[in-house]
Amino acid sequence: MELTDLNKLLNSELTTKVSDSLIENNELLIHIEPNNLNSVLLFLKSNNQCKFKQLIDIAAADFPNQEKRFKIYYLLLSHENNLRIKISIQFNIDEKIPSITKIYPSANWMEREVFDMYGVKFKNHPDLRRILTDYNFKGFPLRKDFPLTGFNEVRYSEKDKKVIYEPVKLEQNYRDFDFESPWEGTKYLKEIKDRKKDA
Amino acid sequence: MPKEKKTMNLNFGPQHPAAHGVLRLILQLDGELVEKVDPHIGLLHRGTEKLIEHKTYTQALPYFDRLDYVAPMNQEHAFALATEKLLKIEIPIRAKYLRVIFCEIGRILSHLLNITTQALDVGALTPSLWGFEERETLMTFYERASGSRLHANYFRTGGVHQDIPNNLLQDIEKFCLNFPKTIDDLENLLTDNRIFKQRNVQIGIVSKEEALAHSFSGVMLRGSGVPWDLRKSQPYECYKNLDFKVPVGKNGDCYDRYLCRIEEMRESVKIIKQCIKQIPIGPIKTIDGKISPPSKEELKESMEALIHHFKLFTEGYRVPKGEVYSCVEAPKGEFGVYLISDGSNRPYRCKIRAPGFSHLQAMDYLVRGHMLADVPAVLGSLDIVFGEVDR
Repeated sequence: MELTDLNKLLNSELTTKVSDSLIENNELLIHIEPNNLNSVLLFLKSNNQCKFKQLIDIAAADFPNQEKRFKIYYLLLSHENNLRIKISIQFNIDEKIPSITKIYPSANWMEREVFDMYGVKFKNHPDLRRILTDYNFKGFPLRKDFPLTGFNEVRYSEKDKKVIYEPVKLEQNYRDFDFESPWEGTKYLKEIKDRKKDA
Repeated sequence: MPKEKKTMNLNFGPQHPAAHGVLRLILQLDGELVEKVDPHIGLLHRGTEKLIEHKTYTQALPYFDRLDYVAPMNQEHAFALATEKLLKIEIPIRAKYLRVIFCEIGRILSHLLNITTQALDVGALTPSLWGFEERETLMTFYERASGSRLHANYFRTGGVHQDIPNNLLQDIEKFCLNFPKTIDDLENLLTDNRIFKQRNVQIGIVSKEEALAHSFSGVMLRGSGVPWDLRKSQPYECYKNLDFKVPVGKNGDCYDRYLCRIEEMRESVKIIKQCIKQIPIGPIKTIDGKISPPSKEELKESMEALIHHFKLFTEGYRVPKGEVYSCVEAPKGEFGVYLISDGSNRPYRCKIRAPGFSHLQAMDYLVRGHMLADVPAVLGSLDIVFGEVDR
């Protein structure tokens, strides 16, 4: 089966559940609504023509400028058909996403990681704890509004004879350069030019 | 009066020689039987994904060496493939062969480390001494090509950094002739060794279905009898032109996984030999001046080249908008990169799919009901490196 056939099959079988589908760079991406997640994945896993028996990964991304801020991608693999598919959902911070641990047991840690990094809450997850960050860590590091340098630093204090946490102190702040092309002029110059044009 | 059942909680690691790095396991024991395992990971978490979002594509590449640091180039490969897919460029044939040669060297490096430390975990010291000698030789090959033994930073988007020095291929070929002897020696020590077998056969069994459900890949999947290797099923680079077999296990226990790794090393040697025979002479990176920097000679003569060089090392190249997933068969399993680009010179998001993450997740399932002494044996056969699990 080819990706185009799979795309047709999914569009005809799942009809309204598929909000959007596109094939780009030889990869099929299906966009669905969060509340259809479980039924779509169950279909993909159990349907005889699909057989996506393995969940490869769950990748989340933060788009602060979009109306619905977060996106989660579920990457699936079918060994029988030698096919891959990506399922994506988009949602707001306050929404709870159904957990897929019942369908794919390996989603357990992957969802924990998404929770740890983005603060996304999963419904019916058996054990939603932080996984990669430190014990008692606060904040969600992969959100775009979390600074690269973080808030707290840790060191061993000779005075207290223990490991202590302190607010980050840097001799020089982390500098994030913008890479606006110098040939086109920097942003503020461009804005001035545009204003002149308009006037 | 019936005896009251008592369970004990045991803290294993994070500083334990058999924990293969910084793993903390909270074991719930009933006598010597393991009732439950709760792995605590993240002690080596360095925020690689966050850091990559703040670096240009060229600057992001060295971070991949530091994930699975026993087979660094295999990781770089996944990232290079992902950016190439977004940029829609094809790399020169010589670069493909060079990449494959060094990826297979990486596979041998990783399997040598795993087999010998697994033996160490169950009480055999000699294999690690013999294996590490060979690892040292392999790392000098890394050094001669890239300048460093471990953190190579050799692959680039569009090819590899530089051509290999003279005689390196001959020396690798010489190594390929002698190395099977070392594998035989290792097998002599381990394969029929009574103690090694007692500790590994029928330990940590995974069935086909469970291996799929737990997102296993690589040897963990093949050990359970699933003939799946990305180099065969979804070939990338020049693997299509190479002849090699994919060893598959039967029982899915620690011993079968060990046998698979041994056989894979032999196959890797075969692949390297074929590559050395087939490798053509030619360019080693794409000639697109907007992606790969000009040569030093050009730099001295051409103003255009100087500008390109400056732009490439300050701003870097811009990658078209899009989302791709690309993966390679790393020694430990499927290593993938999910790359989201917003059209700028830095990745918008780079999710790293580390095989060890899902393997370690199955720890609870694997050792439940086993004895405490089996925990290091199972852990050893999972082939965990914390650089990639914690990222």
